[in-house]
Amino acid sequence: MKPPPFGYHAPRTVDEALDALAAAPSGKVLAGGQSLVPLLNMRLAAPSDLVDINRIAELDALRAGDGGVRVGALARHARVERSAEAAAVQPLLGQALRHVAHPVIRNRGTVVGSLAHADPAAELPAVLAVLGGTVEAASSRGRRTIPAAELFAGPLESSLEPGELAVSAFFPALPPRTGTAFTETARRHGDYALAGVAAVVTLDEDLRVRAARAGYLGVSATPLVLDLSGAAGPRGDWAAAAAHVRERVDPESDIHAGAAYRRHLTGVLTERACAAAAAEALRKAGE
Amino acid sequence: MGTRVFGEPVRRREDGRFLTGRGRFLDDLGRGALAAAFVRSPHAHARITDIDVSGALDVEGLVAIYTWEDLPGRVGDPLPLLIPHPALTHGRTGYPLARDVVRHVGEPVAMVVAHDRYLAEDAAERVHVEYEPLPPVVGIEAAARAEHLVHDDVPGNVGAVLVQETGDAAAAIDAAPHALEFRLSIERSASTPLEGRGVYARWDADDGSLRVYSSTQTSTSVRAAIAARLGLPNGKVEVVAPDVGGGFGVKIVHPWPEEVLVPWAARLLDRELKWTEDRREHFVSAAHERGQVQDVRVGFDDAGRVLGLDVRIRHDHGAYTPYGIIIPIVTSTQLLGPYKIGAYRAEVTSLYTNTLIVTPYRGAGRPQGVYCMERTMDRIARHLGRDRADVRAANLIQPDEFPYDQGLLFQDGRPLIYDSGDYPELLRKARELIGWDGFAAERAAASRGRRLGIGLGLYVEGTGVGPYEGGHVEIDTAGRVHVSTGLTSQGQGHETAFAQIAAAELGVPLEDVHVTTGDTRRFGYAVGTFASRAAVMSGNAIALACRKVREKALRIAADALEADPRDLDVTDGVVHVRGDMSASVPLRTVAVLSNPLRYAFDEEAAAATQFAVGRPATEPPVASGEEPGLEGRGYYSPVRSTFASGAHAAIVEVDPDTAEIAILRYAVVHDCGRLINPMVVEGQIHGGVAQGVGGALYERMAYDESGQLLNASFMDFLMPYATEVPRIETGHLETPSPLNPLGIKGAGEAGVIPVSAVIASAVEDAEGVRVDAMPISPDDLHTLRLRAADDPSLRVREGARTG
Repeated sequence: MKPPPFGYHAPRTVDEALDALAAAPSGKVLAGGQSLVPLLNMRLAAPSDLVDINRIAELDALRAGDGGVRVGALARHARVERSAEAAAVQPLLGQALRHVAHPVIRNRGTVVGSLAHADPAAELPAVLAVLGGTVEAASSRGRRTIPAAELFAGPLESSLEPGELAVSAFFPALPPRTGTAFTETARRHGDYALAGVAAVVTLDEDLRVRAARAGYLGVSATPLVLDLSGAAGPRGDWAAAAAHVRERVDPESDIHAGAAYRRHLTGVLTERACAAAAAEALRKAGE
Repeated sequence: MGTRVFGEPVRRREDGRFLTGRGRFLDDLGRGALAAAFVRSPHAHARITDIDVSGALDVEGLVAIYTWEDLPGRVGDPLPLLIPHPALTHGRTGYPLARDVVRHVGEPVAMVVAHDRYLAEDAAERVHVEYEPLPPVVGIEAAARAEHLVHDDVPGNVGAVLVQETGDAAAAIDAAPHALEFRLSIERSASTPLEGRGVYARWDADDGSLRVYSSTQTSTSVRAAIAARLGLPNGKVEVVAPDVGGGFGVKIVHPWPEEVLVPWAARLLDRELKWTEDRREHFVSAAHERGQVQDVRVGFDDAGRVLGLDVRIRHDHGAYTPYGIIIPIVTSTQLLGPYKIGAYRAEVTSLYTNTLIVTPYRGAGRPQGVYCMERTMDRIARHLGRDRADVRAANLIQPDEFPYDQGLLFQDGRPLIYDSGDYPELLRKARELIGWDGFAAERAAASRGRRLGIGLGLYVEGTGVGPYEGGHVEIDTAGRVHVSTGLTSQGQGHETAFAQIAAAELGVPLEDVHVTTGDTRRFGYAVGTFASRAAVMSGNAIALACRKVREKALRIAADALEADPRDLDVTDGVVHVRGDMSASVPLRTVAVLSNPLRYAFDEEAAAATQFAVGRPATEPPVASGEEPGLEGRGYYSPVRSTFASGAHAAIVEVDPDTAEIAILRYAVVHDCGRLINPMVVEGQIHGGVAQGVGGALYERMAYDESGQLLNASFMDFLMPYATEVPRIETGHLETPSPLNPLGIKGAGEAGVIPVSAVIASAVEDAEGVRVDAMPISPDDLHTLRLRAADDPSLRVREGARTG
């Protein structure tokens, strides 16, 4: 379990990084390395070059404003998880990050790296998807903003192009009277989830459910987002929403759980996450 | 004697080094050595038609590539079958490098040597092996069907059929008032030590000697194997087990192919050579354990007393049988546990499959046997509507029945005779610790919708199998006590426990005792660390060696003090007249006096001259029968094993929706005779229970039908984290063994043995559905619920749920 040979670059600025990526068409970006390094060691990935962005200070950014939370490419999970400012603007981030692997991994791994890795079993792609967030990508050809719906192309496949560097991700703020919740079931603490749900519920002024959306991990090739507003109705019938979800999802079997169990579990978690999100929305509406 | 050290929870002396990263493990050694990597079979069953190394030759830093054809003489012979047995009629072992057929994924095919492991892996990737795939045999059912054979010359894929019996079980079952018949199964797991295997060899061409470091559980046997294969005398081979990061059984197998090949190539190349196993290699090329299917027939009376038990077990031993049929023997004997079974018959069919070899993993067949027996006890209780603990109590061997002869032959080839124990007291303590009798009320008081269950299980564990271990003790002129024993340590705390024994026996401060294990340079005769035998075997051998040294010290001191040795005692390293500290001589001085050659290198030697110990001029300076030096050697060889025992109990909660299983409480009552160090014993129990929880709820080897292991990594092989292991409540019972001087029994494997049985019992109780297969995952439980909804026979009778 030692990686094959690769070229190594340690740029100090984003422009230098983009130059290095442009010169190495099968290059890979190394940020936290929590997914990439094991892939290298198991020789499941053999990039010609690694562009290590850990020395680029400008990418180590976390900004929470009225519109949302912007997370730079070097912001570690642990920093975002513990940020009170980020939690105040977008609580779902911290709620989900607590489920990402283990503390030592969160100390190194990055939010943007997890999004670029595009693992459909990971927490953050589902969060970005359900919130309708975006990723900012840069290359020597210029910059572009990629909506979540277009970012995830397939399992472990993003729409980032060769030579592109994801420089930041943006998680929009919540509307008023909106609650969030994240829940997942994993075989062991910190494992990839058998299924997980990120729920966002918004109430209207009469405290009826105006909108309910859920993002799913572990049950589809790319993060699945379902609008549950209709199924749940204005009174928030989460059991009905769960039944609706069970009809919609089509998970696969693997060695940890079969498709039937995952479908059942997705319903259970939907009901729990939506009920918790609605309770949180109600609490906020009362403030 | 000064402070009591035997029996005290002394802190482990090795932990400072381990916890601060100063351990000296295999891969910490030989930084300048060449590195080996192996080309391993990607097929479960295939014929090798061609090996083409030409593509690897231009890898910079490549030194050599070897295939089977390169191995001379005994180096290329099949690996030894370590423990033959008359029932093992078709034992087979592999070659160090595959000769023509590979029989499991991961079997070594070629060895690559390069300047470092990176380059060795680069080159290994470029070795092209052509295979002609053969039909793979995967799983116990396929092996038993025998539509395809793992070995052409082994009909039916049957390596061994082992029968153990007392009385006429079939007749007893037929005559019994009640009878039940059912099938149980238990999946594969593995030792998975945090440190994998590893070998590092240095050849000294001028001296003609070889030094080998191996992450092994038996350095003396590895030495013998290497010496034989390489045609070297034992005296020219040194084998050292450095710090070893866990073994749990897998490292008792020897020699591993790599333990032959690495020293051989180091000598051939006259270069230091090292191989450090990586995790993927460990999963597919070390060893697994546990997989069995058990068909049970039991007959019993109205009180739940077992009158007849007939068990047919199919055991999956993988592609080869280097370690014989120890696991079937242990399962079929230890299955009886603490119970008096009227008539018993066990027939174990040991089957070949195209999967990794199966050799002992902590418990070594006991978890399966106990699972079988304890599931049977639960079945009986449910059938009769009786309390599960009461049914067990009705079957227990009573304290006045020891020694108790079960009428079978144990793994050491000796009669299965339990030496001592108090099983009713174990059960009573376990019931009390977990709150068995109050559980029904506890469950009733739990909020609606919660599903709680309680389970328990008992076991007896034969520990301290022979044939022998030895100990050497030497007190030097600085008063340091050097203790060495040949068996190895993999983190058990031997440096602490053995030092406690020596300190207590000699009357010296604990900090003066220094312990060395697993180094053939220090002690050449040993068996190894397995079967919960280290404390019993080496502990007693060291005690016997200490007694010799003490006797000699008293004899010399008596001369010096002009006293009778019988009036002397040793306190804090000083020999003195009992009750009179003024007439005394320190052991360090006695050490000087013990050697007539008294160069005054240090103050002790000079000080010793004040004691006029001299021999008459007509006698030789070293008397006949005496030896210079204050040292002694002792061996302990037991007539048979000593039997430890225990009872575990657990309370679990299952989620009514997600079917997740949480262990709320876990209680262990354990009897390993006299305790040397209760803290070390508790640590052993904790680690064992953790591995038991893995086997009960998380771990399996996910082979697909083609024989690929789908979860060969710690990402997908679910070894429990600390977060999955419950707090463990322990109670001790001390029933000394009458068989050995210290009255101790083994403790190493105990924690793991009954866990699958206990968790199965508790989940069944919580859920009300029958649990016949372990481990059990949330998906498994969910599926069971759906099946039980349609099939009432899968449901546990409601009346039995409360107890």
